[in-house]
Amino acid sequence: MSSTEQQTAYFIPEPSPWPIVGMVSLLTTLIGAALTMNGVAVGRYIVIGGLLLFAYLLFGWFRDVIAENLADRYNRQVDRSFRMGMFWFIASEVFFFLAFFGALFYIRNVALPWLGGDGYLGATREILYSQFNPAWPSHGPGALGGTFTPMGAWGIPALNTLLLLSSGATITWAHWGLKQDDQKTLVRGLMATIALGLLFVVFQAYEYFHAYGALNLTLESGVYGSTFYMLTGFHGFHVTMGAIMLMAILGRSLKGHFSAHNHFAFEAVAWYWHFVDVVWLGLFIFVYWF
Amino acid sequence: MSHTSTLHDVPHHHANPTGWRRWLFSTNHKDIGTLYLLFALAMLFMGGASAMLIRAELFQPGIQLLDPDLYNNLVTNHALLMIFGSVMPAAAGLANWMIPLMIGAPDMALPRMNNLSFWILPAAGTMLILSFVVPFFPGGGSQINTGWTLYPPLSIQVGMSMDFLIFAIHLLGISSVLASINIIVTLLNMRAPGMTLMKMPIFCWTWLVTAFLLILVVPVLAGGVTMLLFDRHFGTSFFDAAGGGDPVLFQHLFWFFGHPEVYVLLLPSIGVLSHVIPTFARKPLFGYKSMVGAMIAVGTIGMVVWAHHQYTIGMSLGAVSYFMIGTIIISIPVGLMIFNFIATMWRGAMSFETPMLFAVAIILMFTFGGLSGVMLAVVPADMQYHDSMFVVAHFHYVLMPGAVFGLFAGVFYWLPKWTGHMYDERLGKIFFWINVTGFNLTFFPQHFLGLAGMPRRIIDYNVMFTEFNVISSIGAMIFGFSHLLLLYIVIKTIRGGEPAPSRVWEGARGLEWEVASPPPFHTWETPPPIRQEQSA
Amino acid sequence: MCRRFTTVSGLIPLITGLVAGLSVTHSTQAEYGINFPPPAADVAQEIYDIHMLTMQIATFLLLVVFSIVIYSLYFHRKSRGYPADQQFHNTWFGNWSWVIVPALVLGVDLTIASNADAVLKKVWDVPKGEKLMDVKVTGHQWWWEFDYLDYGIKVESRYTPQEQAGDLYLREVDNRLVLPTNTKIRFLHTSADVLHAFWVPELAFKKDAIPGYVTETWSELNREGVFRGQCAELCGTWHSRMPLVVESISEEKFQAWVADQQAIKVAAAAEAAATKTWSREELMAKGKTLYETKCAACHQLTGQGLPPAFPPLNGSAIVNGPIEAHFNLVINGKPGTAMQAWGSLNDLEIAAIITYERNAWDNRTGDTVQPTDVALAR
Ligand code: HEA
Ligand code: HEA
Ligand code: HEC
Ligand code: CUA
Ligand SMILES: [Cu+2]
Repeated sequence: MSSTEQQTAYFIPEPSPWPIVGMVSLLTTLIGAALTMNGVAVGRYIVIGGLLLFAYLLFGWFRDVIAENLADRYNRQVDRSFRMGMFWFIASEVFFFLAFFGALFYIRNVALPWLGGDGYLGATREILYSQFNPAWPSHGPGALGGTFTPMGAWGIPALNTLLLLSSGATITWAHWGLKQDDQKTLVRGLMATIALGLLFVVFQAYEYFHAYGALNLTLESGVYGSTFYMLTGFHGFHVTMGAIMLMAILGRSLKGHFSAHNHFAFEAVAWYWHFVDVVWLGLFIFVYWF
Repeated sequence: MSHTSTLHDVPHHHANPTGWRRWLFSTNHKDIGTLYLLFALAMLFMGGASAMLIRAELFQPGIQLLDPDLYNNLVTNHALLMIFGSVMPAAAGLANWMIPLMIGAPDMALPRMNNLSFWILPAAGTMLILSFVVPFFPGGGSQINTGWTLYPPLSIQVGMSMDFLIFAIHLLGISSVLASINIIVTLLNMRAPGMTLMKMPIFCWTWLVTAFLLILVVPVLAGGVTMLLFDRHFGTSFFDAAGGGDPVLFQHLFWFFGHPEVYVLLLPSIGVLSHVIPTFARKPLFGYKSMVGAMIAVGTIGMVVWAHHQYTIGMSLGAVSYFMIGTIIISIPVGLMIFNFIATMWRGAMSFETPMLFAVAIILMFTFGGLSGVMLAVVPADMQYHDSMFVVAHFHYVLMPGAVFGLFAGVFYWLPKWTGHMYDERLGKIFFWINVTGFNLTFFPQHFLGLAGMPRRIIDYNVMFTEFNVISSIGAMIFGFSHLLLLYIVIKTIRGGEPAPSRVWEGARGLEWEVASPPPFHTWETPPPIRQEQSA
Repeated sequence: MCRRFTTVSGLIPLITGLVAGLSVTHSTQAEYGINFPPPAADVAQEIYDIHMLTMQIATFLLLVVFSIVIYSLYFHRKSRGYPADQQFHNTWFGNWSWVIVPALVLGVDLTIASNADAVLKKVWDVPKGEKLMDVKVTGHQWWWEFDYLDYGIKVESRYTPQEQAGDLYLREVDNRLVLPTNTKIRFLHTSADVLHAFWVPELAFKKDAIPGYVTETWSELNREGVFRGQCAELCGTWHSRMPLVVESISEEKFQAWVADQQAIKVAAAAEAAATKTWSREELMAKGKTLYETKCAACHQLTGQGLPPAFPPLNGSAIVNGPIEAHFNLVINGKPGTAMQAWGSLNDLEIAAIITYERNAWDNRTGDTVQPTDVALAR
């Protein structure tokens, strides 16, 4: 624990080059992405360059933070700032997902009924599409992407739900171990969580493969395909990020960076993992099940 | 100044950074605040230059200077530069400078992230400018002619510059979310001991509410433009009826962000006024608690009334009634704020330095713009007003007084504190009068244009609209060029002038007036004691 | 000091502005619009009244705020030696104003909202169970299509260029939307490409045209006359060139107009169906007119287009290349761009346009396309 002196004094980091590196990496990545999407060949290399720089940034920034932490330069107040910061960051992520869930609800409850003629304005179907059946899952009056089979809930998705829920339990177990200063439980719990997370990603990848091939369910399959892939895709991306973060935490645990009282990084990742878990429950219920 | 002296000299404070490193690598809230403000000023001039071109084109009927796509490209750019490039960063700059001083904190809670949220802005600005210029290069595709609302399917027709714009919005979003997190954490975690939330200066309160709004709505916009990106390039059909999507969905996502956004622009300026008016009326702010309550109410109600921008899309009767009543109800908390300002002036001992002049102008003109907002909220009447110049008049009347003038007031109010020099009061007053006259001349006639049937976003109009457009354009030139005077005053003050005392204004209260002008590089390294009268 | 600047800097621009405004423009007969034009339908009258009501309430509130502020500015100032009342916020009023003010504002709000709601109930939904005349209004980039669903008539309406329209430029069209008075009309709004919005102030409503969806409004004209409006939703390059002109005429005249239109339609169909081989000259002449009304908005009279948004047809690879690609592009359009599908034109019209394009300007393919070729290509 920190000395009394450090508790009254505030901590202010020295000037740092990382924000500028961050700015440059984001700018190059995005310029490259915009070019790539419009068929400019060099774009791809710019993206790769930007991403490498971004990885370097993350590495460097976190190295500084870890070093400061190990040098015991943070006091309780700084720790609280980090926690609050992480909390509100996750809140903003929740609202990012809300946009996509909102789109799903809007499409199912407003747009499709309207197209199908029993919305408040009844004439759309009568005037434009006499044949359209607005039942969900739908790929719209234009039947975009061809006939497809929607994804069922009780195969891989149910299994994945199980995986993620148990990973939520294992990370809590690891946390419990950490609070007891029980290094072994911590490491085992983390390893189990990572394994479950990776297994989830593998299943998800297989599911996509299966959907694209056997089910003919693609990104182009009208709104069903759009919402399905965007929601599960962004979630899968978050799981992947979470798994990487867990691996970093595992590495730090092995090095003995965390103590029963000082382990903000661990908790931040755990919160993140629970958030990813909860989003999945939403997905399972609204995307796969109903 | 005893509070600023460092009792415990913290070992890692080496010499203060100098040279380019000081600015590029900064972790100091004052330097970052300055950077924000300078960036905002630069963007104000760029956005203003596009506004001048818009008004020059509209000076006469016919197409003289621009071509139609360029016109709409400028309109888009003007709005985005002003809102995201100028007003929001300027407000963030004030927050950076003043919040730590006001709450007795040594810096923002997360200083490195603070620097990141600033430096993303120039990147976003670059993307924004690229989105504007890319079409002028061979193979650059067509120009962005959608307006700042980016409604599909038109935004799907646009060439690659739209992708630059979408990414610019992502960057702006990241920047404001990070800045907001920082501000929330600072306000909740860094207040000097004894400063309870209900003793916190109102400017801090306005930013607390603003930051919450940003965290909740900006990600939704990011989601919306991400869908747009996928519709453009990856074959999804969120906004395409053929696939079961709906172009209107984008409007919902945009305005779920867009309406709270207008209060994001308004609230920091309300915060500034809550300091300026008591200072120059020489009596405490009337109704501190009701002010806090009102702004929380504005934020909350503001989140659930977004569809008043879309009355014409064909909603059910129930839906439009709900959005209408919700929108009109916002006049209650906003009215309470205006009332509190007037009651603060009432029976005060007022003097009229430049910040106070702006404050009075804001009260009068913002009320005007707010009342035209209530007219717009009335659904049947909005069937007429919508997308006409009347709307343009409304939102410049709320944006300019409600946001920009508030920031001007803040700049004049705190400039002596930041630079240590008094600004030239005489020039300040000249600037005020030209500015306000030019403003009214520009936007007042647009109400008539709208009512008489002139749509917005048109490059060319029928001769019947000529007279008011001429007046408006002349006003705009006066208004625009008055800002060169602002620039001159600011530069002059930075470079020298009568030295300012630490309590710059006779009636000023609060911690920020207890440090020297300009404040030392690091302030409040030990928390100051909070006395009763320092707050509120 | 402040006063001096008011007069100096405030009045000069105002005067210059007004003088310039009046002298620069020569449109002496142009009407000054400062408020809505007089309504031409009961629905519009309702809307006009609610607009006036809220505007009066707003003006009244504004006057109240202005008077209090100006009173205070004058009397409660330091230079007059007024002592600040430090306890004002602790008086009875200071303690309860947070209830009183919202209650008063709520009262005004409810007045506005209840009146508005009453109007809304009358105008919002299309009356049920009555006989309505259906007019489908389709927005295109950048013209309007009106389908009289009950009569099988279709009107295409495009802006009139400045040379012909004169002072009515951007307020005049080639074919007006002709409507009968005293008939309940249901407008069905939709769009072929991007968002547009139908707005004629005298009818007092505005509704978005959304591609793939249909929105509804209704009206009943109560007087004859010509009412002008414009497209009110940004729809791209020539958004400013989408005027709407409603010509309101009596029911008898309307029936006569309908009969005329039906006759014209029959004649055109007969001409297209005629199995004759058209000469190059005939096709070129027809094609030129059609091109100039339908295609020139984007590709320009000169065939130069407006790159990068609209490609030139003069020298275009498609226009000078294999004819199948040309057919395909014109008949099916190009999704995701402003180039719409023109398949609704009849075979003769498409044949004429394509013949024209392939031989106009510097294009010298020498092809003559017959309606039968088009029929095959469909
Ligand atoms: C700072 C920015 C700002 C602010 C504060 C506001 C405030 C308000 N706005 Fe405005 N608005 C915009 C910026 C802003 N707006 C912008 C940018 C657009 C256009 C976007 C685009 O399309 O590009 C827009 C458009 C817009 C529309 C859509 C118009 C259309 O496109 O058809 C509507 C409709 O309801 C509206 C309403 C309101 C209302 C009711 C308020 C209220 O908050 C106002 C409340 C204030 C008062 C009412 C005055 C003070 C109160 C009193 C003196 C008490 C007594 C009052 C009563 C009893 C009524 N605004
Ligand atoms: C905070 C936001 C903000 C601000 C400050 C302004 C400021 C101004 N705006 Fe803007 N405006 C919007 C937000 C804003 N606007 C939005 C959101 C829209 C809607 C866009 C859309 O439809 O999509 C809009 C649209 C809009 C239109 C309607 C266009 C149309 O619909 O066709 C017009 C037309 O008059 C206009 C005019 C002006 C003018 C004259 C100013 C003046 O205040 C500007 C004053 C000038 C300066 C502040 C800078 C000084 C610069 C110079 C003196 C030039 C010298 C230059 C150099 C030395 C490089 N604006
Ligand atoms: C609303 C604007 C608009 C109108 C009206 C329009 N076009 Fe086009 N046209 C376009 C656009 C945009 C493209 C480019 C599409 C692309 O991106 O390939 C295009 C492309 C073309 C091309 C291909 C040119 C090339 O070299 O790629 C032809 C041929 C053409 N149009 C013919 C016509 C004809 C015939 C008409 C009228 C009956 C017409 N267009 C009306 C917008 C329009
Ligand atoms: Cu059609 Cu604007
Ligand atoms: Cu709004």
